[in-house]
Amino acid sequence: MVFPSLAFADLPSSARQTELLNLVRQDCGSCHGLRLEGGLGLPLTPVALKEKSPEALKQTILYGRGGTPMPPWNPFLTDAEAAWIVDTLMKGLP
Amino acid sequence: MHKLTAIPFFLLLMFLQGCASTPLRGTGDLGVVIERAVGSIQVVETTGQTRLGQITGLGDLSHASVNYSRDERYAYIFGRDGGLTKVDLLEMRIVKRVMQSGNSIGGAISQDGKLVAVANYTPGGVKIFDAATLELVADIPALDDNGKLSKVIGLVDAPGNRFVFSLFEAGEIWLADLRVPTQPALTKFKNVGKEPYDAMITADGRYYLAGLFGEDGLALLDLWNPQVGVKRVLNGYGKGEQKLPVYKMPHLEGWAATGNELLVPAVGRHEVLVVDQGNWKEVGRISVYGQPVFVVARPDNRQVWVNYAFPHNEVVQVIDVPSRTIVKTLQPGKGVLHLEFTPRGEQVWISVRDEDRVKIYDTETFEKIGELPVDKPSGIFFTPRAHRTGL
Repeated sequence: MVFPSLAFADLPSSARQTELLNLVRQDCGSCHGLRLEGGLGLPLTPVALKEKSPEALKQTILYGRGGTPMPPWNPFLTDAEAAWIVDTLMKGLP
Repeated sequence: MHKLTAIPFFLLLMFLQGCASTPLRGTGDLGVVIERAVGSIQVVETTGQTRLGQITGLGDLSHASVNYSRDERYAYIFGRDGGLTKVDLLEMRIVKRVMQSGNSIGGAISQDGKLVAVANYTPGGVKIFDAATLELVADIPALDDNGKLSKVIGLVDAPGNRFVFSLFEAGEIWLADLRVPTQPALTKFKNVGKEPYDAMITADGRYYLAGLFGEDGLALLDLWNPQVGVKRVLNGYGKGEQKLPVYKMPHLEGWAATGNELLVPAVGRHEVLVVDQGNWKEVGRISVYGQPVFVVARPDNRQVWVNYAFPHNEVVQVIDVPSRTIVKTLQPGKGVLHLEFTPRGEQVWISVRDEDRVKIYDTETFEKIGELPVDKPSGIFFTPRAHRTGL
């Protein structure tokens, strides 16, 4: 299975999903590009993420990546929200 | 018969010509606001605080920046997707657009105004273009000794028709002399420090300073004495303290040089550092609301305005330079991305991304004196940059 399936109960509310999408596009986009095709950070397009482990991606979002500028986002995101972002990125942003 | 029709036709022609010629105007009060999400720009003017028009089709404008031709008529827009676009501010149209790389971070225009340089991430290097035609003049791949390409950051122009830039992965600063544009003469400074992430040049064109992400400190090149090499300054300004995660990289082109002092953002700290330009020692720290992104001096150097990284990006603070105290905290709204002063500093324009607004403040009273609707505004660039080294 390529995508981790999220239990319905784990899905962020639709208002929160809108906030998260804005965060991904605008704030992640500062380093990864507004089209997520990369910049200081790596590309986050579905093609670029195809071979990656969703769990590892979630860990990177939550805890950052040592030795790179990628910061930890766990002060602002729950585990389920990070999982939803990974899922959304792997499918491609709406 | 012919005579009769000839007269009205002549009048009609005069009438049409009258319509086509708009009143003459200068460009010294014009500017560009980047609409980063939709890939367009708004052309604005600061005298009446209005939008003059929108130019679309500029690609991915995240992290877009702008340089101006020395006649202040043309803007060069550098897009994230490697697009370089020359725009005519008077005719409000794209003159020429080239896709010059896969991923770019910014550019610079040469002292003589004839060359435009672009700093690229992919493939890492600098490309030099003819400012008139956007034809490629020279290509400088950022290859280190191991044959690896680095992302190029902190590209600025310097006197002597030179460009200076830094290599992020390699940790090098390169000086490119473009007096013979097709044959750039390179001087490379190696081991300048870990991960230079952005750089600036002082307004007099003498000092090039690169901020280091991988360590606390700055790399300094004195362009009047390049033979001395790159010196490390402000070493270990945060030693022994836990650096905070950085949610947005500080931008150094706006570093405030206030005569004998330089105010610089501290990476990963809620602080602005005060540096003595005589000996390059830290002489003070100012505690601020968040991690500074832009630290910009009002043109008279009396005040320095600061905006912040996520999650503190709804606030702008004003530092009084002589007393090094915060004299005002403004809340323009969520997503303050950039600010720009009018040429003599009576107004400051602030882009507020999440409100789709540019807000205009009086810098003496701190009152909001206007606002313009702009889609997801980021960088604001006024034409007087045309005549300033490093901008």
